[in-house]
Amino acid sequence: MTALGTDLGAARSALTSACGDVADATEADAVDGVQPALVARPASTPEVAEVLRAAAAHGLAVVPRGRGTKLTWGRPPERADLVVDLSRLAAVLDHAAGDLIVEAQAGTPLADVQRTVAAAGQRLALDGTVEGATVGGTLATNASGPSRVGVGTARDLLIGVTVVRADGVVARAGGRVVKNVAGYDLGKLVIGSFGTLAVVTEAVFRLHPLPAARRVVTAPFDRPEEAQRLVQQVVQAQVVPSAVEVDWPAGGPGSVSVLLEGIEAGVEGRTATTRQLLGPDAAASPDPPAGWARYPWADGPGRPTALKATFALSGLARVLATARSAAADAGTAIDLRGSGGAGVLYGALPADADAAAVAAVVERLRAVCTRAGGALVVLDAPPQVEAAVDTWGPVPALDLMRRVKERFDPERRLAPGRFVGGL
Amino acid sequence: MGGTHGTETTAGPVLGPVSPEETGATGEAGGNPEAMAAVTRAVRAVLPANAVVSDRIELRTYECDGLAHYRVTPALVVLPQTTEQLAAVVRACAEHGVPFVARGSGTGLSGGALPRADGVLVVTSRMRTIHEIRPADQRAVVDPGVLNLDVTHAATPTGYYYAPDPSSQQICSIGGNLAENSGGAHCLKYGFTTNHVLGAEFVTPQGEVVQLGGLAPDAPGYDLLGAVVGSEGTLGIATRAVVKLTRLPQEVRTLLAGFASTDDAGAATSAIIGAGIVPAAIEMMDALAIEAAEAATHCDYPAGAGAVLVVELDGPAVEVEHEFAQVERTCREHGAFALRVATDATERALIWKGRKSAFAAVGRISPDYIVQDGVIPRTALPGVLRAIAELSASSGVRVANVFHAGDGNLHPLVLFDDAVEGAGKAAEEVSGAILDLCIGSGGSITGEHGVGIDKAAYMPKMFSDEDLDTMQLVRCAFDPDGIANPGKVFPTPRLCGEVPGKKRGAPHPLVAAGKAEAF
Ligand SMILES: Cc1cc2nc3c(=O)[nH]c(=O)nc-3n(C[C@@H](O)[C@@H](O)[C@H](O)COP(=O)(O)OP(=O)(O)OC[C@H]3O[C@@H](n4cnc5c(N)ncnc54)[C@H](O)[C@@H]3O)c2cc1C
Ligand SMILES: Cc1cc2nc3c(=O)[nH]c(=O)nc-3n(C[C@H](O)[C@H](O)[C@H](O)COP(=O)(O)OP(=O)(O)OC[C@H]3O[C@@H](n4cnc5c(N)ncnc54)[C@H](O)[C@@H]3O)c2cc1C
Repeated sequence: MTALGTDLGAARSALTSACGDVADATEADAVDGVQPALVARPASTPEVAEVLRAAAAHGLAVVPRGRGTKLTWGRPPERADLVVDLSRLAAVLDHAAGDLIVEAQAGTPLADVQRTVAAAGQRLALDGTVEGATVGGTLATNASGPSRVGVGTARDLLIGVTVVRADGVVARAGGRVVKNVAGYDLGKLVIGSFGTLAVVTEAVFRLHPLPAARRVVTAPFDRPEEAQRLVQQVVQAQVVPSAVEVDWPAGGPGSVSVLLEGIEAGVEGRTATTRQLLGPDAAASPDPPAGWARYPWADGPGRPTALKATFALSGLARVLATARSAAADAGTAIDLRGSGGAGVLYGALPADADAAAVAAVVERLRAVCTRAGGALVVLDAPPQVEAAVDTWGPVPALDLMRRVKERFDPERRLAPGRFVGGL
Repeated sequence: MGGTHGTETTAGPVLGPVSPEETGATGEAGGNPEAMAAVTRAVRAVLPANAVVSDRIELRTYECDGLAHYRVTPALVVLPQTTEQLAAVVRACAEHGVPFVARGSGTGLSGGALPRADGVLVVTSRMRTIHEIRPADQRAVVDPGVLNLDVTHAATPTGYYYAPDPSSQQICSIGGNLAENSGGAHCLKYGFTTNHVLGAEFVTPQGEVVQLGGLAPDAPGYDLLGAVVGSEGTLGIATRAVVKLTRLPQEVRTLLAGFASTDDAGAATSAIIGAGIVPAAIEMMDALAIEAAEAATHCDYPAGAGAVLVVELDGPAVEVEHEFAQVERTCREHGAFALRVATDATERALIWKGRKSAFAAVGRISPDYIVQDGVIPRTALPGVLRAIAELSASSGVRVANVFHAGDGNLHPLVLFDDAVEGAGKAAEEVSGAILDLCIGSGGSITGEHGVGIDKAAYMPKMFSDEDLDTMQLVRCAFDPDGIANPGKVFPTPRLCGEVPGKKRGAPHPLVAAGKAEAF
């Protein structure tokens, strides 16, 4: 239900004076099936603030949008009156190469950031797992890829952030230096918050030098225990992998791929060592295998169910085994891929999988992940599946999270209902 | 740990616009006798007799942390042994509106663990169990009072260590590290505490026990742990931590290079980083710091050096060897006139000895000093160092510079003799001016020592009212009654009030009296 009703006109004119670019929403602007009334495209942080103040004055429910590539992630919002589209905040504001930092607006495609910093032989060590993804969307969904084994995720790279709160107040935290412990680290709260706490408008990241050389060593496996043994061989050695990926497509044999980066002489030696660790079937290649840094659902037809499983490293075999047997028992199939060396795997179930079958897989896999100190989240799913499964599963400290949400967004106007526990 | 730091020699205060005493940040002794008596009764009912300290003389031994200039005698000290006991103490505080302050080893340098005269000091030194070392998962699960270095000692036989290494690592606690988001010389490459804590058991200011994060990464929901790390005990108390263990590197090599000036050493630092090398550490000391270290430890640093760099590389042997040669070359190209290389642990310890003892060593050349902690963008180093030299020259206050050059974290040591009239004040002014330089260059007022009580007054120089208000939203979510380490980190006491939209009743008496802002 929309709060708009009769005063859509008033809301529109308030928004229009806040930011020149306001339009009626079309079907293409629907947020996971929820139709908003308006789309505003502010072009600066102050404009975002004005827009959110106007939205607050008119009680509008707001959903922030980067390029809309992951807008179906999370639960559908309970209501969405206004989409705040950040695609006009698309500038790389500053690249201080000597300080290894970059500052970008939230709507900037990650690819643009990478292009800018690459000119100085640097990179933002966040994998663009989905084409077109923006800085803000990547932060809000805490998207990550293979390089998390080597350098971590957004939480390890974000050093400063500018947000606009639901009430239109602009706030900054962190700063432009890598080392800084002044004040609360609000950036951490925003990462993975799915647009429910505040709208990100600018972000500062630390950068890493681009490696001179890279090589990927890949070895096949056919049993989950074998996958775990291979991963442990590598992480327990001293080869300093940048990525340790596990790929186990439905039905087929699996592979473990290890990315080694650094200077040529070093990578060569570590490649040889890694081949030994991974056994006689291991092969080295200058390029990563197909599907690298892509989610397992990326190439399937329709809207597959997208799962994210996390676990302590020693749980890898059990997670792999349970996923496959649970899918088979439920009469469906699951593609698995992810950072086996970090305790993260993504799973894809076919778009036409029966909702009950998906629910059964989710339940069994969740139990195993939880026992292994992790969790299972349903990132995305077709509507009938989304309705039948518990998206987030049990979340510890939910009450404390609710209190945080209440303080930041007491009127529940930012993407209400998208997040854990209906936040 | 044998005095590697100026904790006994007064690490003096930085003058802020308002002194902590005036803000009431540490409370008044005997402020609320009935509440305190009720808490004491409740605490005695759940803790063994020897875990509750209420004797005045004994209480005084807890009056300060590593920043000995500030001293406040707590109303009560408790030393719980279990999470349940600790939570019971906090619940009693919550019920009676009594503030509490967490303390680990009390080595903090910003007065974060300074007691409240009207509150309870909760000391974790009896919670020192290392519960699990899990090499296959690259994790350890430890109590909050466990000493930083003990985690590494426990993990080393399995080929792992705990990467964050504050210089105080022999005595500081994991809980204190978590609360301060502590760094160390090697955080240039490996990151800070926040990058190495995956989970915590946590007691909220209401006394609830909650799990934040866990063994696995990316726990669903808001990253509350990320907000708790670095919150200096103002959001609650960590009673257990899940930390990441890092594989020991194959090779470690350390270089000591002497330069004519800090400008040369700074240029070498920039060139090393600019070449795409990420050393484990790059530390710099200037002539005065070298003089002090030499006097204290006879570390045999190059004679006549205006600056020395300690550069450490670690990782796979081939890379280390290759990049080490590059570092040596770069140092020479930038005027290094003396190079010393350590390839084994003994030689390495010798090089680090001078650096690690630098703070305490300054006691040899000055009766009193202030340890400052500010951050600048690395490229601003030469300019800021020159500005510090000018400040020193114009004020006549000597400043020794020791710092983590790789990430621009300065530790200027501002020297003075408290016996000389006005010297303390002059030193404080220089120390404050250095912070202004850091802020002015786009840096931070603290890189690792925290805000505590010492720098709360500086927060408005770095953050706007809106920024601070927004941080306060987090505070209010966790601690609406403001009993968790109140008076630290934030300059003005603020009351949380009801969640907006649910406001009711008359204003709080403090608001009515204009002593606090409602929030
Ligand atoms: C048809 C379709 C197919 C897709 N297939 C895949 C796929 O196979 N694999 C896959 O991983 N992804 C898929 N996606 C999602 C994907 O493309 C993205 O994951 C992308 O990384 C998100 O970036 P974005 O900038 O587009 O964010 P958006 O999708 O615009 O937003 C993602 C989330 O972040 C929030 N958000 C965005 N910007 C901000 C901000 N500045 N401040 C606060 N919150 C913000 C939004 O409210 C939303 O909750 C698909 C999307 C669509 C529409
Ligand atoms: C010689 C020396 C060298 C130092 N070198 C460094 C350095 O290189 N890098 C660096 O970062 N720091 C350094 N420090 C500062 C200090 O050691 C660190 O801040 C350390 O993390 C403090 O740990 P602690 O156990 O002593 O904590 P305390 O001083 O007892 O407490 C520090 C803060 O943490 C809170 N706290 C303590 N335990 C908990 C808990 N369980 N839950 C919640 N909050 C808690 C306290 O309330 C307080 O705000 C140094 C200090 C000294 C004396």
